[in-house]
Amino acid sequence: MRWINRQRNILDFTLSSLLRRKGKNVALLAVYTFIVFILASVVFLTSSLKKEACLVLQDSPEIIVQRTVAGRHDLIPISYMLVLKEIRGVQSVRERLWGYYYDPATGANYTFVVPKDHQYGDGGVAIGNGVARTIRADRGDIVPFRTHDGSYMSLEIKEIFSSESEIISSDLIVISEEDFREIAGIPKGYATDLTLYIRNARELPTIADKIKRALPDTRPIIRDEILRTYDTVFDWRGGIVMAILSGAIMSFIIFAWDKATGLSSDEKREIGILKGIGWETSDVILMKFWEGVVLSFSSFLLGIILAYIHVFFTSFALFEPVLKGWSILYPEFKLIPSLDVYQIATLFFLTVVPYTIATIVPSWRAATVDPDTIMRM
Amino acid sequence: MIELINIRKVFNMRRPNEFVAIDSVSLLVESHKITVFKGPSGSGKTTLLSLIGCLARPTSGRIIVSGNEITSLPERFLTEIRRKIFGFVFQQFYLIKGITVLENVMLPAYPLGGKYSSLKEKADSLLALFNISHKTSSRIEWLSGGEAQRVSIARALVNDPLVVIADEPTAYLDTKLSLEFMEIAGRLKKVGKTILIASHDPLVYESDIVDRVVEMRDGKIITREKSCL
Amino acid sequence: MSGRKAKGFFLFAAISMFLISLMFVHASFKEKNSMPSLEEKRKIVKELELTDLCLFTDARYTRHPSMADLNTPFQDHPMSLEHFPSGAIMPPSSHLMKNEMD
Repeated sequence: MRWINRQRNILDFTLSSLLRRKGKNVALLAVYTFIVFILASVVFLTSSLKKEACLVLQDSPEIIVQRTVAGRHDLIPISYMLVLKEIRGVQSVRERLWGYYYDPATGANYTFVVPKDHQYGDGGVAIGNGVARTIRADRGDIVPFRTHDGSYMSLEIKEIFSSESEIISSDLIVISEEDFREIAGIPKGYATDLTLYIRNARELPTIADKIKRALPDTRPIIRDEILRTYDTVFDWRGGIVMAILSGAIMSFIIFAWDKATGLSSDEKREIGILKGIGWETSDVILMKFWEGVVLSFSSFLLGIILAYIHVFFTSFALFEPVLKGWSILYPEFKLIPSLDVYQIATLFFLTVVPYTIATIVPSWRAATVDPDTIMRM
Repeated sequence: MIELINIRKVFNMRRPNEFVAIDSVSLLVESHKITVFKGPSGSGKTTLLSLIGCLARPTSGRIIVSGNEITSLPERFLTEIRRKIFGFVFQQFYLIKGITVLENVMLPAYPLGGKYSSLKEKADSLLALFNISHKTSSRIEWLSGGEAQRVSIARALVNDPLVVIADEPTAYLDTKLSLEFMEIAGRLKKVGKTILIASHDPLVYESDIVDRVVEMRDGKIITREKSCL
Repeated sequence: MSGRKAKGFFLFAAISMFLISLMFVHASFKEKNSMPSLEEKRKIVKELELTDLCLFTDARYTRHPSMADLNTPFQDHPMSLEHFPSGAIMPPSSHLMKNEMD
């Protein structure tokens, strides 16, 4: 009980002390909260995106065989399918037709996809919600598309994907094979790439090897690799995150510098008085500890809460310009929160501990002054 | 009762600016009395009080307080003794700016872990005792010299010390306030406290309520006059 | 007025921590609620044989990072600065860096 009271009493004095320089401390709190807010927002966004990718893409094709010419992705001859079918363990092979379409009127890029069974036949398409937004079209509208030879093809919008599915369908235009080949100029006998389904998942690496040997100008991409691609979203080595992290570290260094250049003469004087009226060194250190904790813990709590609201209630509005980049078509989606205690704990240790240490350490020397210093002040 | 045996205090030992503040002082201070240490500045009286009050350790010699030798005690125990037994009133008051009178008075008790409400009660009663209750929530900066002094005395008393030490208490006060101080000292003596005062103010050392005057010069005690009453 | 400031701080901390625990509750609630929409998305991925989320539509290799070949991001020069902001967020996939012939 004594111990608790001691903490509470010293905390009380610490708070009075902080309130004395209200302006400075409120500013410190605001800036530190902002740093935590940015860091936490990035953490929340990243982990939710990764989780989404992991869940949504788990039914991607098991193997995709892509042909490269001079190191670049090129069309793949349909004849390759025969070679692939021969490989033991391969259940089925299918040609996949897809590609990009640049719309000069809007500056946006769309992705054409030819499905296994196209419900709407030639002349009809299903478009993603993002496309509908960009060209301001609705069901039933007729939209012209420029074909590979300069002419135009008009297609009717038969269906628009739901807004719920935007993260996967926003820029898609689902089209018939005939129409796509006409627009893209891909001759019969070629496809964009080939998809493979195999009997036994454990044989994937072996089969991938066999593919590389059988068709040396191709590269197989396995589902696992597809999923792992999204592990690097917001990877710390990526430019933006590095910039944010550097900013955060810089700010933190500025804070710590402010503290580390030693206490002001006012603060030293006060510690001298405290020692003179009966406070021990450990009491002074405890006061400094609470000073650090009050500021950093408050910033941590506020930052986390604000970050959560920012990412999951405002759809990370502040990051939008960064994520949007130069895209014209930007999907609108709400992320499903993916929180774990480990994340929060890491953020806690990264924000509260260093700041508290930075507050205590420089005060150490001042805290150890002899009590009779007060007589000589 | 406080006993000093061959106390010596040297500052900056073995350095060019070595200074002997106290040079072989032996003394017995009686309890429940007012003892005044008189002498010019530099005579060592302030240093002596800081040694008695456990604010510093002597370079050599022994100090015995209520039968306990304190000179060889480790830091923590020394501080505990200091907190429990001594209350200090400093020459320049040294109250902490920016916080209230009440908080200033309670400060010495904070680390001891008492309940806040009981601390507040004690502080309130002390402030009432010295007639400054009306300033309880005021900032230190708004107090007059006399009020600040009374707050400083209240602070020294918050842990119920046996001994009150005052270093040049009247240095910044006018006659009226100086007399007021001596009157408070008298009251404290009546309730059983031991008072030690360092002063070169005749108003203090010639006061009726003073039981003993110890004169110091150059770190030594030169006379042991007893003013009888 | 017993240690009012200290009490105030503890109250603030308690409320905040409560809000944070609410965050966890909200997150798990949202997770359960999003099952139907997740099913829908998985269905689309399966039917259309999709391989990437539609996040960055500014360039080919940002739209389909898993399909990107090594050359595209480094078209001008391996050391040249990234053209697209999205490229700064999404570095090239790890499988591109793997040795081709194992």
